[in-house]
Amino acid sequence: MGSGTGLGQVRGLGSAKSGSHHWWLQRVTAMGNVVLTVWLVVSLLRLPAIDYATVTTWLASPWAAVPMVLFVLNAFWHFRLGLQVVLEDYVKGGLRIVAMGLLHAWTFGMGAFALFSILKIAFAGTN
Amino acid sequence: MARNTARPLSPHLQIYKWGPHMAVSILNRAMGVGLATVGIAAITWWLVSAASGEAAYDAFLKCAHSWLGIVVGVGLTFAWLLHFFAGVRHFFLDAGAGFELNANRTWAWSTLLGAVIVTGAIWLFIAGKGL
Repeated sequence: MGSGTGLGQVRGLGSAKSGSHHWWLQRVTAMGNVVLTVWLVVSLLRLPAIDYATVTTWLASPWAAVPMVLFVLNAFWHFRLGLQVVLEDYVKGGLRIVAMGLLHAWTFGMGAFALFSILKIAFAGTN
Repeated sequence: MARNTARPLSPHLQIYKWGPHMAVSILNRAMGVGLATVGIAAITWWLVSAASGEAAYDAFLKCAHSWLGIVVGVGLTFAWLLHFFAGVRHFFLDAGAGFELNANRTWAWSTLLGAVIVTGAIWLFIAGKGL
């Protein structure tokens, strides 16, 4: 370790000991996305139409609703990790703290809307 | 921290010859940002509109079928595929494979070409189906 106070060392350099975990989770969620994004796109392309009745009937099935929930959890987690790295690269100082707050709000806000919508279609049933 | 300006910096972007690996690298990041913002907004809007009833869903479909909607749709398809193929390429790079000059160039070009070709195939399929 270098000289100086503990706070000075933390401000200057040194890892927070969580970088490799972040990196690893990015890879794990990427593998999940390989499966889930292909499932989503192929499923949508295989539907006879994309009108309201067809899509909600399809999404009400457990075989569509559950992978869709998994897709939202996995993809949102993946983009949360990725955007964090981008923001850390380009946004400095106090603005970075604001950016991290906005990133959290974006991730969990949109995620909550997406998950609630899937569950509403699945549980309430439209047909 | 203060930098001693008398000492040279390590070489950066301006000194390297631009190559496909650099294009894929920055495109991968840009497409990731696009997916995380525009893509997430689009997919969340789609789900919320489907959960909000037929009128809301039809409003979504009307936008999706407009020229702007189709441009965004094609853009998101390309962004997804480029990020997908670049991500798969990264799995190999993470394992230490594919750094030889020729192999690296081949796979970087393949990532770009693959994204373009599959985007075209998907949208030809959509147009043929008349969705």
